[in-house]
Amino acid sequence: MSRINPVNQYLRMDRMPHIWCSGCGLGTTVNCFIRAVEDCGFPLDQVAVVSGIGCTGRVAGYLKLDSFHTTHGRPIPFATGLKLANPKLKVVVISGDGDLFAIGGNHFIHAARRNMDLTVVCVNNFTYGMTGGQLTPTTPIDAISSTSPYGNFEEPFNLPFLAESAGAVYVARWTTYHVKQAAKSIREAIQKNGLSFVEIISPCPTLYGRRNKLGDGLAMMKAFKENSAIVNGADTRGVGLDFKGKIVCGKFIDREKPSFLDMYHTTMAERFGPFYESYEGVQ
Amino acid sequence: MKADPKGVLTGAHFLDGYHACCEGALSAGCRFVAGYPITPSTEVVERIAARFPSVGGMFIQMEDEIASSIAIQGAVWGGAKAMTVTSGPGLSLMMEHIGLAAMLETPCVFVDVQRSGPSTGLPTMPAQGDMMQARWGSHGDYEIIALCPNSPQECYDLTIEAFNLAEEYRVPVMMMMDECVGHMTEKVIIPKAEEIEVTPRRYTTQKPGKYLPYQAKRNEIPPMVKAGEGYRFHVTGLTHDERGYPAMNAEAHDHCVRRLVEKIRNNARRIIRIEETDTADAEVVVVSYGITSRVAGKAIQMARAEGLKVGHLRLITAWPFPERRLRTLAAHVKAFVLPELNFGQMFFELQRVIEGKAACYPVAHAGGTVHEPEVIYQRIMYAARHSRMREKKEVAR
Repeated sequence: MSRINPVNQYLRMDRMPHIWCSGCGLGTTVNCFIRAVEDCGFPLDQVAVVSGIGCTGRVAGYLKLDSFHTTHGRPIPFATGLKLANPKLKVVVISGDGDLFAIGGNHFIHAARRNMDLTVVCVNNFTYGMTGGQLTPTTPIDAISSTSPYGNFEEPFNLPFLAESAGAVYVARWTTYHVKQAAKSIREAIQKNGLSFVEIISPCPTLYGRRNKLGDGLAMMKAFKENSAIVNGADTRGVGLDFKGKIVCGKFIDREKPSFLDMYHTTMAERFGPFYESYEGVQ
Repeated sequence: MKADPKGVLTGAHFLDGYHACCEGALSAGCRFVAGYPITPSTEVVERIAARFPSVGGMFIQMEDEIASSIAIQGAVWGGAKAMTVTSGPGLSLMMEHIGLAAMLETPCVFVDVQRSGPSTGLPTMPAQGDMMQARWGSHGDYEIIALCPNSPQECYDLTIEAFNLAEEYRVPVMMMMDECVGHMTEKVIIPKAEEIEVTPRRYTTQKPGKYLPYQAKRNEIPPMVKAGEGYRFHVTGLTHDERGYPAMNAEAHDHCVRRLVEKIRNNARRIIRIEETDTADAEVVVVSYGITSRVAGKAIQMARAEGLKVGHLRLITAWPFPERRLRTLAAHVKAFVLPELNFGQMFFELQRVIEGKAACYPVAHAGGTVHEPEVIYQRIMYAARHSRMREKKEVAR
């Protein structure tokens, strides 16, 4: 008797095979996300996924949910409009490091500042996969990319520190080796009120791994296992990533702050008094 | 469908174009606006920020125009009627998302209060320099609709019209205001809600599982769904098939893009709105739009006082352009004169359409202020004289 993968029901199987390379961490991330959505018990018809452009940008297209494949760098403002039009939705942005933090960096910090009720999952593979392996704002110093052929000399972003500083209420980092922890963190992030952020360190053996002689997908996963340390509650100032250095994983930030919509309700209720009808979306 | 009375400020008002535009959006059922401050358009969003929370609407000031122009699209897919408001430099930043709206067939409205450019130019002063970027600014093939109000009353009326057209054709609709029309204060009549016709969003009647987001025949506009209703649908800015899935080949691309273009081109006669005065026996016809149409009106009066048969064709829709009507007029009109606050945008479109069947004269102006009526008048007289001379030469030959 053939057994059907329980994950299939959450995927658009009519779109398989997917475009991702063997050894890529995106399949693992999608798996973790599905597990998280399943575990949080939220009705699936009310979950929407928004992606930008790139390898990770394709995630939205494979998930059998209301899903939006938008423009490069702009999934967060699209998700902002979607959430505000219908606050009953759980809106999750899944996109890559280049999409969210180079071209889309401004939108991320402002969504975090406003504490917009969104979950942002960044699949960080240190490179632009779709376009051939160029330098991103997370490429570590000394790493080779197709546009830093002599080694990167630009300081990369420390994403958890950036997220915390900008105002995110939940910040965690895992690698694709840490599937259970990643799924749990994504679940907690989805359940959080306000902007939650999960960074998933993911292997790109085809481009980043090959140029930097890091081996195939399996070798990169082994390196994640051996080079990572779990430090829950770590000071995010110290979790920046070096080339081949230690990867500090864990849940770093979990705090309460009123979200954008909470503040909207409070302000308008104060201003309009008994005449304020609680804003439930514009439909 | 009639307007929701909650957003309709029925009565006779003394409003400027900005406030009239905000009221038009409310009457049309718009309840989501995302914007970024830019002169000379800020008065629209300032009024929106004050008015929307009291009628169940949401205004958010985004971090830039790029974010504003896609936040409204997220809101539309969440079930809202939505718009953004900007001026030339902001519209330039929004271009990629005008393409996205065209590709996803997201009904939404972009209000552009035109100012003088290029670049920062003269932020507080009028121009009509965005006519071509509104039409062609995003890459690839697509069509949009653009409306040109020339009074605060029209800022109100055409904003409703913009939303109705956006819903009917599932396209981004551009409200091409200008600084003068925005700052001009006049009487604006807002009718009773039950007298305002509003086009509702057309949602599918198909059940989840059966619905295909882009299933449509030629010239057809597919019905929509919104997030959270169990359809588990997917949309993408990539070339897509009727399921909304990426389809990466030339044949699928032709099928996808051809309909985006044809749904507007083949319905152009239903979309186009123009206003004609004394064109039937006109020797010269002035073609104008926006604030320039009011200055042109004065120039036409002056020319008619001299006994010249001058007609006026005002573009209410700049895009689609009234090609057929202008070609018909070219059969008896000797010359067209087109004044505009730029160095030739709609003029070249006119020239293309007339194909040399009548003389075409621009009245170019860099913007910063409006034309002197005298300048347009001189051009009309010149056009009449020269086209008569040209005719005589042809007869002699």
